[in-house]
Amino acid sequence: MSNAIAQQRGLGAMIWDYITTVDHKKIAHLYLVAGGLFFLIGGLEAMIIRIQLMQPESEFISAGLYNEMITMHGTTMIFLAAMPLIFALMNAVVPLQIGARDVAFPFLNSLGFWLFLFGGLLLNVSWFTGGAPDAGWTNYAPLSTTSPGHGVDYYVMGLQISGAGTLIGGINFLVTIINMRAPGMTYMRMPLFTWTSFITSVLILFAFPALTVGLFLMMFDRMFGSAFFDVTAGGNEIIWEHLFWIFGHPEVYILILPLFGAFSDIISTFSKKRLFGYSAMVFATVLIGFLGFMVWAHHMFTVGLGPIANSIFAVSTMAIAVPTGIKIFNWLFTMWGGSIKMTAAMLWTLAFIPSFTIGGMTGVMLASAAADYQYHDTYFVVGHFHYVIVGGVVFGIFAALHYWWPKMFGKVLNEKLGHIAFWPFFVGFHLTFFIQHFLGLMGMPRRYWTYFEGQSLATGNMISTVGAFLMAIGTLVFLYNVVYTAIKEPKASADPWDGRTLEWSIPSSPPFYNFKQTPLVRGLDPLWIEKMEGRKGVTPAEPLGDIHMPNGSVLPFLMSLGLFIAGFGFIYQVDNNLWYIAVAIGMGLTLGSMLTRSLKDDLGYHIHKEDLIEKGDGK
Amino acid sequence: MKGWIGKLRPVFIFSVLALFLAGCGEDNLSALKPKGYGAELLLDLMMISIAIMLFVFVIVMAIYTFVLIRYRRRKGEEDYVPKQTEGNKSLEVIWTVIPILLLLILAVPTVQATFDLADDSGKSADDAITIEVTGNQYWWHFNYPDQEVSTSQDLYIPAGERVYLDMTSSDVIHSFWVPSIAGKMDTNPGGNENTMYLEAYEEGVYWGHCAELCGESHSLMDFRVVAVSPEEYDQWISDMQNIDPEATPETQSAQDGKAAFENSCMGCHAIGNSPAGVGPNLSNFANRTKIAGILDYNKENLVNWIMDPDEYKPGNKMQGYNVSEEEAQQIADYLMQLDHSEVTPESVSSSEEE
Repeated sequence: MSNAIAQQRGLGAMIWDYITTVDHKKIAHLYLVAGGLFFLIGGLEAMIIRIQLMQPESEFISAGLYNEMITMHGTTMIFLAAMPLIFALMNAVVPLQIGARDVAFPFLNSLGFWLFLFGGLLLNVSWFTGGAPDAGWTNYAPLSTTSPGHGVDYYVMGLQISGAGTLIGGINFLVTIINMRAPGMTYMRMPLFTWTSFITSVLILFAFPALTVGLFLMMFDRMFGSAFFDVTAGGNEIIWEHLFWIFGHPEVYILILPLFGAFSDIISTFSKKRLFGYSAMVFATVLIGFLGFMVWAHHMFTVGLGPIANSIFAVSTMAIAVPTGIKIFNWLFTMWGGSIKMTAAMLWTLAFIPSFTIGGMTGVMLASAAADYQYHDTYFVVGHFHYVIVGGVVFGIFAALHYWWPKMFGKVLNEKLGHIAFWPFFVGFHLTFFIQHFLGLMGMPRRYWTYFEGQSLATGNMISTVGAFLMAIGTLVFLYNVVYTAIKEPKASADPWDGRTLEWSIPSSPPFYNFKQTPLVRGLDPLWIEKMEGRKGVTPAEPLGDIHMPNGSVLPFLMSLGLFIAGFGFIYQVDNNLWYIAVAIGMGLTLGSMLTRSLKDDLGYHIHKEDLIEKGDGK
Repeated sequence: MKGWIGKLRPVFIFSVLALFLAGCGEDNLSALKPKGYGAELLLDLMMISIAIMLFVFVIVMAIYTFVLIRYRRRKGEEDYVPKQTEGNKSLEVIWTVIPILLLLILAVPTVQATFDLADDSGKSADDAITIEVTGNQYWWHFNYPDQEVSTSQDLYIPAGERVYLDMTSSDVIHSFWVPSIAGKMDTNPGGNENTMYLEAYEEGVYWGHCAELCGESHSLMDFRVVAVSPEEYDQWISDMQNIDPEATPETQSAQDGKAAFENSCMGCHAIGNSPAGVGPNLSNFANRTKIAGILDYNKENLVNWIMDPDEYKPGNKMQGYNVSEEEAQQIADYLMQLDHSEVTPESVSSSEEE
């Protein structure tokens, strides 16, 4: 109720509302805006990289700045753009798909967002304080431990803080999906997006601690004189590589799995068919998640682990192609015999299938350990992972945003502009990255600031840069679409796509309590079942009653702000002990907020039955 | 929009264009034009994997294209509700089992090649050549321990023979890569030594890169592998063994340069047999393919390099403006007359053209 009243007031009240909100739908907005901003920053960095590589022996930016660009491009895109955009979708959709009124821990949900945001801000402050991190997004020791300046310190502290946010978010969704499903929503009736979000949350739970440990060791090596990665003092730099990739490989699946789910829902909706091989799809998702932890050393084939380790990891990596292939075929056969409607969301989805298949093919090629001695750390790898991450994750985010925009903002994104944004991006994407496979085999290592005349690499790089500009144009048209839709498009109906799952049974945008009465789920695609039986909405599972809602809180914001301040203290105490004051202030704020939260009972509030009836159906 | 075929057209066009470009890769740099055992083995392996993957891709795209043309919703079909199929057991078994078989077909040669390239059993033979490779920011040191010969930047090997490399790093992780001869291997700091072998089929000067991000001048850490005939290799070894670092140069300028070199440069740079030092070993400098691995070999570039190395390789450890311009000229004269061997990169240039 307090949320509803706040919306009536001015801008200041709105900002305060968003800072204190614990509503999953508003947190989704926050994730989307923050992730979108970081996506634009990362994209700008990518454009600078492509301009530098447009011509041989170019000096558009210096070698040192170039290393900062590639490091920040990778780190920003993975941790600060892709992750939050996925959390935006999970927040906006998962509770609605399982018929819940919010996530299990609304307070933690807010904390997860603010930790991510302040971690990301901390990392990007480094641009203005003497140099961004420059040891690559993989941050290999000893290059990272010996990197001068504070760039890598920002990397360590920024990722540690935002990583904690991600871990909290993952645990929250895990509990939400286990505990908060509506009556009748068994595991094998969950929509695929919920399933894949569930598996992604499991992966986050097991993968992020490895990164946390690695970052702590790195933090102590750089700031407190330990020598975990220092070979001259008995350390071992390879340990970082293992820790990083034990996290880093599952991270790839953390990013792609929820979008596999989104594609499944989109294909099913716009083909007017239930998902082909639902159980196989679920099983394949679980298997991909499990195998994702068995393959990290394929990033390290050239480290010198020996032929036995390399062979084992080669074969286990190839095995992942099997469940992924199952998914591709199941999508194709969902469309087979269907009635395919070519919406913008479907367009991105259809573009994903061949693009991701190519990425998967080069993935199997890379899994061939010996052949990887040629591919490794070249533009072949750059081409491969952009095919997977742009062709999979970014296409997926665009598709999912088009699909769920009405649920998130109450309006359908303009379809025509959606098509116009798609084509330059799609063509540009293939122009940019397809050629890079060949550049790599022709002898261009990745992370190269420049290349020389006479290496036959100029044409390919020029094509690649032209493609990057087309992608930028596509992105700008999408942004224009967002503004245009907000101003010009009419309000969307509850079910603009003829949807199949529970989120389409409530208004767009949903009321802040989501479901007036918890729905009763009678099978897979519950809304579709009801519609086929001639009913308008889903049967409720409970009589109309009071709804218990959580109160908003500013504490998550303060806790994260405290860690942000303490982060600076940790980074600069190396130069001057006075910076420990910042550590004390920051940690005081964080711990004080935690204490307040622990001691002060906050029982939330109730929306009364009478108020719910007054507001009408909203349908 | 011209239908769904139109969508695939750019992909197709650029595949063809890319394949065309691939044919144009440089002879001494491209992994697609193998000139040695490792590179050839790996190109064959790539071809097997590409063939298998293209097979799968064609099937996927055939179904994809058919589905999109056949099942696209047409006007008047808005209310049509398709049959809601749950799945199909036999189809699902087919697309699980066939990929497994295809992957097994790929796994066998993969494992074979992986063990083949790790095979260093020939290293213990009496006449086996082992070279110690040390990666440094941003240059390469090559030490021939059995022959007591050292050099940097240009690695001389006999063509047609298997040469074993024991590889480490003096600072951060680097990766040794000569695409047209063999795949890459990391050089790790500390006692973590890696061994690989090179076997160049033909004489030639091959381009080498550092392939692991190692700092500002990572992209400038190039080197060359000079594969000469076995006879010339023996000649080169014996020439290098007989280097007299104290030899007096002929010209006055070079003599002054020697004095200046001993005064300002010897702390880091050695001439003759030496372990990996702070800076590259400068034996046989007159026959280097490049200055600092990247600049064309001429006196002007060498003087500029000595005066301001940071301009050409940012972040490297050599101090600029350590000597006067005049001394730099003299040092250049001195270094450029260090013609220690008759075997030079030019010795192979005749056979390089095809």
